[in-house]
Amino acid sequence: MPGSGKTPIRNRTPAAAQAGAEAPGTSVAARALAQAGPIVMGYIPVGFAYGVLADKAGVGSLGILLMSVLVYAGSAQLIAVGLIQAAAAPLSIVLTTFVVNLRHLLMTAALAPKLSGFSRLQKALFAYEVTDETFAVHADRFARAGVDKAEAFLVNVIAQTSWVAGSLLGMLGGGLIRDVRPLGLDYALPAMFIALLAARLRRGMEILAALFAAFLSVGLHLSGMDQWHVIIATAVSAALCVGVEQWGKTRS
Amino acid sequence: MGQDTILIVILGMAAVTYIPRVLPIAALAGRRLPEPVTRFLHYIPPAVLAALLAPSLLTSQGELWISGDNYFLLAAGPCFILALWRRGFFSVVALGMALVAGLRFWAG
Repeated sequence: MPGSGKTPIRNRTPAAAQAGAEAPGTSVAARALAQAGPIVMGYIPVGFAYGVLADKAGVGSLGILLMSVLVYAGSAQLIAVGLIQAAAAPLSIVLTTFVVNLRHLLMTAALAPKLSGFSRLQKALFAYEVTDETFAVHADRFARAGVDKAEAFLVNVIAQTSWVAGSLLGMLGGGLIRDVRPLGLDYALPAMFIALLAARLRRGMEILAALFAAFLSVGLHLSGMDQWHVIIATAVSAALCVGVEQWGKTRS
Repeated sequence: MGQDTILIVILGMAAVTYIPRVLPIAALAGRRLPEPVTRFLHYIPPAVLAALLAPSLLTSQGELWISGDNYFLLAAGPCFILALWRRGFFSVVALGMALVAGLRFWAG
């Protein structure tokens, strides 16, 4: 809420989620579909591209699907396919994947305080399907309407299903529909990030966090630090904002 | 690369991807965290969204790309204004896709 200053965001009950932004009576499935919609529009074409490229790189149909089911991380999968095609050393592919996906650590850390009502198994399953996109949707949803477990899991399952389906379509139909650009589908995920970012910018410090992270991320990316730029920019910017806050407190 | 090696690589990728996803949830969920840690985590969503988004809007092939030909960047302004004005992201996604598709169609 604007002006609520330093009040931490608390867990709210699913009942509060029901009374959230949507009209009363919307079902869990409808709410999950509404949130996962843009993710599906982005994942199917990108998954398709992954399927086509992996097939060309000689990954094999079992491997193509297994990677989308077990690894489930878009940019890392595309990078790995390139490395497999270039016959890179297996260990270096695994290490690159680790670095590329390390950013999820910050995302699940940010979501963790909201998941106190989850059982161990539920935590393990939920963590499995946290991607940039599902994180963005959950962070927004949990902050606005509290945690609705069924809804959160359904968003995750819809998202991964669309990713696996896109991979399968690419594997089978590679070469049929190569260009999704005329539809603007490649802008579905950036546009979703813009909307979810705008929703997070309610206070000056949050705007500062975003601006600093954007600046740092672009700078590190341009300087060739391609695998690390997101996690470093995020961690440094969040730490800086905490520092600025503490500094403000000691002065006042 | 042989199929067996590829499958082993995929299992290794799965392990190193899942560990950073699950560790913070296993370690932090349900705990009372010190105030500075809570504040740090509070800034993660705006910071990480901006860190992911900015290079995709402002760069191409490792170079800064600020020009009228950069349709992703051109579409970002109207999308951002709509997003600040309206809650929910479906309208923003629709506007963004329409703008990018339209710019490509009309401006080539």
